[in-house]
Amino acid sequence: MSFEFTKEELEYIEELSQRYPSPKALMLPLLWIIQNRLKHIPTEAFKAVADITKTSEAQVYGVVTFYTMFTLKPTAKYHIQLCKTLSCNLCGSKELLNLLKERFNLLPNQQNGDFQLTLVECLGSCGTAPVVQINNRLYENLTPAKLQKILEDFS
Amino acid sequence: MKEVKIVSKRFDIEGINHIKKAIEHGAYSTIHKMFDKDPKTIVDEIDKSGLRGKGGGGAPTGAKWKLMLQDFKLPKVLVINCDENEPGTFKDRQIISKDPHLLIEGIILTSYAIGANDVYIYIRGEYHQWQNILQKACDEAYLQGYLGKNILGSKYRVDITICKGAGAYICGEKSALLESLEGKRGHPRLKPHQKEPEWYFGRPTLVNNVETIATVPFIVENGADAYKEYGTSKSPGSMLFAMSGHINNPGVYEAEFGTSMMEYIEYYGGGIKGGNLKGVIPGGASTPILNATEVAKAKLDYESIKELGSSLGTGGMIVMNDSVNMVEALKNLLEFYHHESCGQCTPCREGTAWVDEIVESMLRYSASYNSIEQLLQIGQTMNGKTICVFAPAVSGVIDGFVKKFRSEFEEYLRGVCNE
Ligand SMILES: Cc1cc2nc3c(=O)[nH]c(=O)nc-3n(C[C@H](O)[C@H](O)[C@H](O)COP(=O)(O)O)c2cc1C
Ligand code: SF4
Ligand code: FES
Repeated sequence: MSFEFTKEELEYIEELSQRYPSPKALMLPLLWIIQNRLKHIPTEAFKAVADITKTSEAQVYGVVTFYTMFTLKPTAKYHIQLCKTLSCNLCGSKELLNLLKERFNLLPNQQNGDFQLTLVECLGSCGTAPVVQINNRLYENLTPAKLQKILEDFS
Repeated sequence: MKEVKIVSKRFDIEGINHIKKAIEHGAYSTIHKMFDKDPKTIVDEIDKSGLRGKGGGGAPTGAKWKLMLQDFKLPKVLVINCDENEPGTFKDRQIISKDPHLLIEGIILTSYAIGANDVYIYIRGEYHQWQNILQKACDEAYLQGYLGKNILGSKYRVDITICKGAGAYICGEKSALLESLEGKRGHPRLKPHQKEPEWYFGRPTLVNNVETIATVPFIVENGADAYKEYGTSKSPGSMLFAMSGHINNPGVYEAEFGTSMMEYIEYYGGGIKGGNLKGVIPGGASTPILNATEVAKAKLDYESIKELGSSLGTGGMIVMNDSVNMVEALKNLLEFYHHESCGQCTPCREGTAWVDEIVESMLRYSASYNSIEQLLQIGQTMNGKTICVFAPAVSGVIDGFVKKFRSEFEEYLRGVCNE
């Protein structure tokens, strides 16, 4: 499988490059374009990124693996990111985890059909704990019942 | 309890995200008068106000700005730190979602004061909803002529670019943030020996937190003395403090420095939820925990919390009631640090893994008899020997939990053979 940026993407990248003093700064924006489109960063795409940013494929690889939101494998249709850090933990993230395990057969870092569960660190929403992010959307002040309803509405 | 509304003054106004509404309520008024001022007078006013950075370190803002006033070969850059991922901290998010134009106004004033035309806002990758709000607000400000070339018909240009992080706690540290903005792994840089600006592709750069910049319009509009009317002599003004954990009304509320912690918790937080108070982590997860006796004495300012052996940090308090098992709570935080160490320094990379493992083995009742000493000792090895203050912070966190709640740790070692 080969990878190419689409025409629209290339136009956007050209526009973006005007805003930075060096093409190297385009690294994260380019990776975001790929991650958003393909739900992962295939190794085939490293060369295209390296060419635009004037870096090497090895450097691209190093960056991709440093940041937790870039993934080398595609994420499932619904990527459930459950915050497990202290404030959420104090407010019941464990009960949410139990629900996901028992009711939806989901274990951390595993996929089950359209769903995938990842335990993540603080999402910056501790005041409305416990929280879960599903794809790009944050769900706050959750209870097991609320989370169950949200997931049932998806399937 | 004296209520203060400096940064949060427009938080409750419906539709304030739209520029028309924001302008009706006074947004951007300082920009119309800005060009009558010599940029240096703005820097002096900020310096005089005693404003301290709200990103966690509390560094005097004026001193940092002054470093930008020298002559440099390359253009200057302003970077806004909206990485906000210190556990317990969720205040910058409030500014962006509840009054984004206040931040943009602060950015325009700051960039004019230090002479930067290019501004980058580094916002954490997970904040999708807030990135959209911020982008919309910027687009509106461009349309209204507050951003872009020739601001309000002047010769002055300011361009804001929003850059997304991608899930790395360490990228909140300012030099790691700049590495990330340069397209690299977020590895903190070695600190220079003398005070100097930060550097972005060799360009002199100022990095400030969102809330710091959102405070600038008030000071420019009302003067340094008006700001100093609030707070204490060493911690002037106010801050957006936050509460999470076992509290009846968690959230972000502005208070002046020097406010009693307990009064704040009672007044805004509606008291402790589900039991009696056991401890409070005062300023984001990286600050040492305070026990209930210390909380009773604590005041919300840099000096008072420092006297208690902790630090004010980001002002994000994590409140715990007496049902909390402190060994489990420490384990929770150590997992965080283990995951987030950037891995450059051996004491930090290895140390965070070891301490996590030791506390884990305690919880499984399989720890060695001297594991408390081991924990403290590894903490010592992590302190003062690394590139950034991440590792020393972990050391302080371990010390706090172990020294203040030692008996709980000893419980897990009961019956362990002393060999
Ligand atoms: C490990 C670590 C994480 C940090 N995270 C943040 C952060 O998320 N947001 C922030 O504004 N500052 C953070 N800081 C502080 C920044 O390095 C820097 O001091 C701050 O952005 C400067 O702005 P200020 O002076 O306006 O506070 C962090 C520091 C360290 C050591
Ligand atoms: S102390 Fe830790 S986080 Fe900081 S630079 Fe060293 S390894 Fe990275
Ligand atoms: S601890 Fe879960 S959002 Fe901060």
